[in-house]
Amino acid sequence: MSFLELKDLRIHFPTDDGLVKSVDGLSFTLERGKTLGIVGESGSGKSVTSLGILGLHKGGRARISGEIWLDGEELVGAGQEHVRALRGKKMAMIFQDPLSAMHPFYTVGDQIIEAYRIHNDVSKKVARKHAIDMLGRVGIPQPERRVDSYPHEFSGGMRQRAMIAMALSCDPELLIADEPTTALDVTVQAQILDLMRDLQRDFNAALIIITHDLGVVAELSDDILVMYGGKCVEYGTSDDIFERPEHPYTWGLLGSMPRLDREPTERLMPIKGSPPSLINVPSGCAFHPRCVFEERTGGRAKTEVPELLETEGGHLVRCHLPRERRRAIWENEIKPNLEAS
Amino acid sequence: MVTYIIRRLIWAVVMLTIVSIITFAIFFLVPRLAGATSESLAARYVGRTASAEQVKIAADKLGFNDPLIVQYGRFAKGIVAGADYDYGPGVERCPAPCFGYSFLTRLPVWPDLLDRLPVTLSLAIGAAVIWVLAGVATGVLSALRRGSLFDRAAMGVALAGVSLPIFFTGIVSLVIFSYGHPFRITAPGGSFTPFDENPAMWAYNLILPWITLAFLYAAGYARLTRAGMLETMSEDYIRTARAKGLNERRVVVKHGLRGALTPILTIFGLDLGLLLGGAVLTESTYSLPGMGKYAIDAITNQDLPKVMGVTLVAAFFVVFANLIVDLLYAVVDPRVRLG
Repeated sequence: MSFLELKDLRIHFPTDDGLVKSVDGLSFTLERGKTLGIVGESGSGKSVTSLGILGLHKGGRARISGEIWLDGEELVGAGQEHVRALRGKKMAMIFQDPLSAMHPFYTVGDQIIEAYRIHNDVSKKVARKHAIDMLGRVGIPQPERRVDSYPHEFSGGMRQRAMIAMALSCDPELLIADEPTTALDVTVQAQILDLMRDLQRDFNAALIIITHDLGVVAELSDDILVMYGGKCVEYGTSDDIFERPEHPYTWGLLGSMPRLDREPTERLMPIKGSPPSLINVPSGCAFHPRCVFEERTGGRAKTEVPELLETEGGHLVRCHLPRERRRAIWENEIKPNLEAS
Repeated sequence: MVTYIIRRLIWAVVMLTIVSIITFAIFFLVPRLAGATSESLAARYVGRTASAEQVKIAADKLGFNDPLIVQYGRFAKGIVAGADYDYGPGVERCPAPCFGYSFLTRLPVWPDLLDRLPVTLSLAIGAAVIWVLAGVATGVLSALRRGSLFDRAAMGVALAGVSLPIFFTGIVSLVIFSYGHPFRITAPGGSFTPFDENPAMWAYNLILPWITLAFLYAAGYARLTRAGMLETMSEDYIRTARAKGLNERRVVVKHGLRGALTPILTIFGLDLGLLLGGAVLTESTYSLPGMGKYAIDAITNQDLPKVMGVTLVAAFFVVFANLIVDLLYAVVDPRVRLG
């Protein structure tokens, strides 16, 4: 069995306006030492999935079904207290905006010490030394001095490093990074991604990176899962997604990705429309109102929900277009445009 | 940090000086606007039997004919260094801090105020402990169980608490718990036992006023805490605390409540400062001989030096409480230290 395995995970929120199906039948597996990138627009269910794995929806209003297996243990049916004990220790999370994700009234050191001492029965002194070690490891200069600084005294990049130090303080086996670079300057983004790659190698953790930016996952991921409207629409290796993508939504994401190797005069090709409502999900394929190739399915996209099917060697696609047709469109219509420069 | 404290201290002294100038000017001008003269003011000290000549001499000696600025200078000097009062029969030494003499009793104001202070302190501090504990606890529980029966009931009671005046709740409580025999738990008001004399009696005599006063304030604190907690509990750092694996109780207290504490502290400083200057309604309702009662009596008797003394002492408490709050702010919110 894989280290992490999700089977048909559903996370639904009952609201006054109706049932919000944030995550609707998601399955994937992940091994130790491997990185999975989950990509999608806001509201596609990426963050809800990650909070679901950590069990942070438990006790709330969410309706959760399906299975989450972590190292042989099922978490959806497990007790709240049991999952709490795993949180921070076996699985940890790095959040998007480290300024709001760290408590403004406690020093960075205190927050790391707290994280460490929840799961390790050590004295404050030992924990403090550990916190300084961790800060040094994530590349914060003069950690023995910075350990007593408050989050607002750090720069954005330093704060994210501190956040990473906090998440790694208990040596977690699963690390989830939710948009770890979105709030940072472009130059700092690259540093943080490098750091995460190095640390993952050292810690041999399983890493999930959640982002709306394909550029971020391109650097780090072994596998990529593209989410749309709470469902997986395409799943494959990094090569599959970047070299042989088959889903029109993935094409759209690739087309809207700024790239340095393109001509500056060339316009991006954004996806038209906006993400679907998760309450009134469009009939048939959730992507069909925005899909350029919708009419080529002969109307099936409007009425029938496509299955997530394997096209070859573990590459999964949820699309009504026949496989040959998708490949032909990619080779003849999409790829030449992306490489036109 | 040290510069911050010094700056705050200087500011507090400046505030007090301004307050004393304004207070003095008001108490100097108002009687004159109402038609009083230096002689009629002096007459209140020397008594009705004195001749017009004696009154005039007294007015001169007391300095009532000097310009406002000179009189204020003498008044301020009296507070800092004490003053000598000479109103006819002989010179009387009024030691610092000297707030002048009562028109009525011809006794210095300060020792009188000093007698009243323990009553007001006991009342205000005791009630404050109760209302902070009860109010904050209720607010936290309400926020965590938002929309529940407890939340609605607590907020309903809180609304009643802020709406009902002391002279109503106070009298009702007296009727039920003091005069009404089935529930009698405490003696009718009017008695105060100093803490160092008999702590049990001290608490016994104050328990009803404490609860009545605390009810009024706890209501506001419950609402304030609830609002603050609803806000902080949806902050990102709460999610982080949970993701670390903290148990819910520590998430709520150490991370949630800590974040909601700042506005509560601000209001608490103001409220306590105001109350230390005299809980007028509570002291009147329960006939407690505190500063509030003192102020009311002084105003009824138009005893201007007393009114002025009690005003300045009350102002001192407000400024002092704000100073403490400002200093605590820097402890509670590390981001303040920059400013």
